[in-house]
Amino acid sequence: MGADSRRWQWIVPWLFLAPALVVFTWFKFVPVVKGLVMSFYKIKFTGADQWVGLANFQRMLSDTALHAATAHTFIYVISSTIAGGILSFAVALLLDKPATHIKIIRTAIFFPAVTSVAVLAEIWRIIFYPAAGGVVNSILGLFGAGPYGWMSDPNQALFTVILLQIWKSVPYNMVIFIAGLAGINRELYDAADVDGAGPWSKMWHVTIPGLIPAFSVVIMLSFIRGFRVFTEVYTTTGGGPSGRTSMIMTHIFTAGFERLDYGYAAAISFVLFAFTVLLTVAHVFIKNKIARF
Amino acid sequence: MQETLTMKIGRIVLYVLLLLVFCGPFWGIAATAFNKGTVQPGQLVLWPQQPTFQHFVFAWVNVKAWLYLFNSLVVVIIGTALQTTVSALAAYALARKTFRGAGIVSLAILSTMMLPDEVIAIPLYLILHARLPVLDVSLYNSYAGMILPIVGWAFSVFLLTEFMKAIPRDLEDAARVDGASELQIFRLVVLPLVKPALGTTTIFGFLMIWDQYLLPLIAVDNRSLYTIPVILRSLRVDEIMQQNIFIAFTVIATIPCIVVYLLLQRHFNRGLMSGAVKG
Repeated sequence: MGADSRRWQWIVPWLFLAPALVVFTWFKFVPVVKGLVMSFYKIKFTGADQWVGLANFQRMLSDTALHAATAHTFIYVISSTIAGGILSFAVALLLDKPATHIKIIRTAIFFPAVTSVAVLAEIWRIIFYPAAGGVVNSILGLFGAGPYGWMSDPNQALFTVILLQIWKSVPYNMVIFIAGLAGINRELYDAADVDGAGPWSKMWHVTIPGLIPAFSVVIMLSFIRGFRVFTEVYTTTGGGPSGRTSMIMTHIFTAGFERLDYGYAAAISFVLFAFTVLLTVAHVFIKNKIARF
Repeated sequence: MQETLTMKIGRIVLYVLLLLVFCGPFWGIAATAFNKGTVQPGQLVLWPQQPTFQHFVFAWVNVKAWLYLFNSLVVVIIGTALQTTVSALAAYALARKTFRGAGIVSLAILSTMMLPDEVIAIPLYLILHARLPVLDVSLYNSYAGMILPIVGWAFSVFLLTEFMKAIPRDLEDAARVDGASELQIFRLVVLPLVKPALGTTTIFGFLMIWDQYLLPLIAVDNRSLYTIPVILRSLRVDEIMQQNIFIAFTVIATIPCIVVYLLLQRHFNRGLMSGAVKG
């Protein structure tokens, strides 16, 4: 190695980084900046785009369909996080055993978590078919209930889509909880036994506190994925019936790709992005707070 | 703790219930796809009567499942390969080199973990339509348009960087003394040592790319380039099709994910545990 080759050493890391920098720049950073810029314009197909200042953002304040979509998204995220979190915690407790048959069950119930959402959506439409002969309706019929309209009923559609989200997320979150359970110090349970603690007391004083990091990951993933929900809804109800399952992202999709109102769609996207960043920062902040205890 | 008989029965009932809820629907569509007699929309059979492949054959040949499966495979195989290669190269620089700008680059890449792909759909659509600088081609309506936007994935860069940081400096120095070039060190020293992490990024990359819906939806409007997830909804919405055939199509669409998951399962939990997997 001569002095000449050493002079060019600085370029080595950049050569390794180059492909990543190209794809990240062109397909992530440029779109973010372009999206922000577009938010301040009315995009025209002929001639120059028109600067509209904050008009796109002001429009969001009076867009009642967007308000409904935002409300649906919040209901979707919060209810699927709470119900999904509790259910996956319960399933994790049930399946937290090293036995072979338990491992097989764990593998088997993981199918919904690895199957693509578009396929899950079709399965959901089949089993929640709104006639008496549909799978879920026939089962409920055995108990004298139904038949229900599910996704075709404006009052049940959102609920049915939330069920799909829970179905997909429970097996996934279960694995996170099981790993969390494995990390709890066994001695704490022994100590609790010595103190004569019952199963509920152990759950409350040892298991749940030990799982706080797992809960934090599960809640955060559910929030970050939930607020930008698109495929789950677009492929099942498409936002219907009569807009009752519209979400922020399906609203953006309609504004952008159906009404070709790119500037407005970009403005909503940007607010959603800012909200996601805020959530992530809040998560890191809370996590650090917990870690300090 | 002694388990009473009632508790044991209760436990088994819960296991059966879990399997019914989480696997039952998959069993149902598989059984119905093999069932000779046609079913009404929304109906599934528990056990195939006169099992037959005819619905699969029809879905494969006449509904062209082969074409959409081929498209999906092209996107997912090339996509995963590029994603893993690009991530590993970047991770090598970030983990093994000290250079001015390293901090800002890794922060920039890491920050895209907070960036949901959905949020940039509108500008990305316009970028795919525009002609690329220098090359002067548009990525719209091409495999490249569905592949290139997912090649940069912060999760896999991040995971590989963490693993590469853990490799002892001595190994690299020894190779350097033996006159190994930078690329040789990367290929022959570093990569073999991060194989488990490569397994994890590969399986997650595969599932993440296979699951892509919005990207192929906006990157392509030529039906013969549609991937499996995109064609499913459009088959249901646009075409009147016998229920068994549509279900057979759905089964074909399900198989690749399940197979990859079962084959690479051991790499899976590590990935789940390495925190915020975006997916």
